[in-house]
Amino acid sequence: MTATGWIEIALFSVIIIALTRPLGGYMTRVFAGERTFLWPVLRPVERAVYWCCGIDEKEEQHWLTYAVAILFFSVAGFVTLYALQRLQWYLPFNPQGQTGVAPDLAMNTSVSFITNTNWQAYGGETTMGYLVQMAGLTVHNFVSAATGIAMALALIRGFVRREARTVGNFWVDLTRCTLYILLPISVVGALVLIWLGIPQNLGGYTEATTLEGAKQLIAQGPVASQEIIKELGTNGGGFFNANSAHPFENPNAVTNLIEMVAIFSIGAGLTNVLGRMVKDERQGWAIFAAMGLLFLAGVAVCYNSEAQANPALAAFHVDSAPSAAQAGGNMEGKEVRFGPALSALWATVTTDTSCGAVNSMHDSYLPIGGMVPMVNMMLGEVIFGGVGSGLYGILAFAIVAMFVAGLMVGRTPEYLGKKLEAKEVKMTILALLSLPLSILGWTALATILSAGLGGIANAGPHGFSEILYAYTEGTANNGSAFAGLSANTLFYNTTIAAAMLIGRFIFVIPMLAVAGSLAQKKLLPPSAGTFPTHSPQFVGLLVGVILIIGGLTYFPAVALGPVTEQVAMNQGKLYAGP
Amino acid sequence: MIRQIRPAILMIIVMTVITGLVYPLGMTGLAQLIFPHQANGSLIEKDGKVIGSSLIGQNFTSDKYFHPRPSATTEPDPKDPTKTIPSPYAADNSTGSNLGPTNQALIDRVKADAAKLAKENPGSPIPVDLITTSGSGLDPDITPAAAMFQVPRVAKARHLDADKLRALIDAQTHAPLLGILGEARVNVLELNLALDGVK
Repeated sequence: MTATGWIEIALFSVIIIALTRPLGGYMTRVFAGERTFLWPVLRPVERAVYWCCGIDEKEEQHWLTYAVAILFFSVAGFVTLYALQRLQWYLPFNPQGQTGVAPDLAMNTSVSFITNTNWQAYGGETTMGYLVQMAGLTVHNFVSAATGIAMALALIRGFVRREARTVGNFWVDLTRCTLYILLPISVVGALVLIWLGIPQNLGGYTEATTLEGAKQLIAQGPVASQEIIKELGTNGGGFFNANSAHPFENPNAVTNLIEMVAIFSIGAGLTNVLGRMVKDERQGWAIFAAMGLLFLAGVAVCYNSEAQANPALAAFHVDSAPSAAQAGGNMEGKEVRFGPALSALWATVTTDTSCGAVNSMHDSYLPIGGMVPMVNMMLGEVIFGGVGSGLYGILAFAIVAMFVAGLMVGRTPEYLGKKLEAKEVKMTILALLSLPLSILGWTALATILSAGLGGIANAGPHGFSEILYAYTEGTANNGSAFAGLSANTLFYNTTIAAAMLIGRFIFVIPMLAVAGSLAQKKLLPPSAGTFPTHSPQFVGLLVGVILIIGGLTYFPAVALGPVTEQVAMNQGKLYAGP
Repeated sequence: MIRQIRPAILMIIVMTVITGLVYPLGMTGLAQLIFPHQANGSLIEKDGKVIGSSLIGQNFTSDKYFHPRPSATTEPDPKDPTKTIPSPYAADNSTGSNLGPTNQALIDRVKADAAKLAKENPGSPIPVDLITTSGSGLDPDITPAAAMFQVPRVAKARHLDADKLRALIDAQTHAPLLGILGEARVNVLELNLALDGVK
């Protein structure tokens, strides 16, 4: 590890802390329908959208209507995206003449993008024409992110409202979030990224004749406009197969920093939105602190691992030590311009959230380094998390934490002024249980079926890690990969799609039920017996609950994969073939 | 409940128009107007012909040039399209090796490459980036250490003074931004272009 590496990590953390409050304030005003500086330009557009879609912006929805609206919208998105992929041969903006995508792959990709997973079973530049990239994938980068944020808003409103029957209007939340938050940041961000080198054109791929006279076909396209929203909406589906490791998606350390900040900023800002909406910003900062601690722990472990050399390389006189002339470390699957520090930081950031974009190949990480992204996702992606999903995820853990605290003192738990009773706790547990059921269940199935085992690219414990990682990222709606796994098969396309649907909808429907149930309750004034949820004790309790639930659930699986492999690696054991 | 179907269908159409057509096409227009060089892939031309992109690595095998890192990219096998064959720096099919740290295939590859590299600069330790594949397979850069390692071979092939090459590498080294952001790197294509200009 180098001092520069730690300075980069510190710089990133400071930027996130500095952005949280201003962004939180802006988002709170947008969600409340208040006038903001973009109002003169965007308000007419907003009204036009409502007019086109026949939406009354004053109408409020019961939680069940809100959930149904989300489901219908997701189905409509699925159908259009599936159709675009299947029919792309017949449609414009396809200079490379990409053919229609195979049915199971198109199904998997559609599920992947409507659930904000953005898992790539496809290779971008070899599969998708520009129309699918723009009118299909880019659209879902916006709306699946806005849907996630809307779901979090509904849950916050559950805590804020008293004796109410409604939790907001999904169509209004979706529209405002897209128009006032995601779109303006994307326009500015895309321009900056283009300036820094990311292509944005509609031409075909360029044929170059290299200095040695060989031919090189250089894939291009409207990359920048998709790149920024891919990070900002914690989507993560790359324009190219190599995702943000590709020099056209992420050409230098500055674009790398901008993209990482984009991944974390909305998730961090939403903690402040929570604080502002419950009229106590400290509540938001307590959640932020819990997330921040888990983030720093993850990045420290991951960076420490990746700054080490693969011990098997020492026999060949390879120099992996950091010096002025190289960063050293485990460079397999990493880019020189990022080195171990920015690669490990990105790997942590992308799996703390549900982004899943990668700037290095996690499959080639040393075992403990590769374990960090996996564990981040297993913990429920609540460390800033997917836009929206991170917040409702950590609120689920906060409800469990307060339930545990209530059990310890024998008192009905409260959180943010609302009594947590049997219904809320049951629904929360149901949501939290759906994740391990999917992750461990599908992994177990894949490891006993030849269709599952046939996909692994690395033998031994690493092969098990590949399968475990695939269902973890699918369920967690992350979309990053131990990419050696040959996932574009009927078996994996289908089962991972099922995992993505469980992780998105089976998790969120009980949480919307919690929102509806909380909204009906009275707001209790804090008393002497109320556990202060803006205190360090609460932060400690919340972190503890997250780690205990995660540890108890996943330790055996993690022990079989990365932990076993680390021990094997240190003993010099290698595994041949898959 | 059923009333939500109509807005669901209309909303996906409206959002497709705004975020899927107006936004990316508008950005493309703006980009072509303001930053045409970057927007078209930072291409480098020589005598009116495109020789590559400054952002995308390309393969060099001749002893007279500095070599990039190994690349794991492939292309379809012309004999059997269901299979792939290695094709380093195929810029229309980016990929990493995805070999795990305990994979025999990784170690075998490193062993073979190390044997070759040891011949061109006997006794010097091999910088790790020169023996590992990048995440994209298109890494345009090598570390300054990896460039220095290749000096004896290039100097011999070109009958040039090694110190002259070292000075050239120093001049071509991009330091981290403000000394802290990113890693020191040498762009292989730019280095080789500069090398062709050295007499």
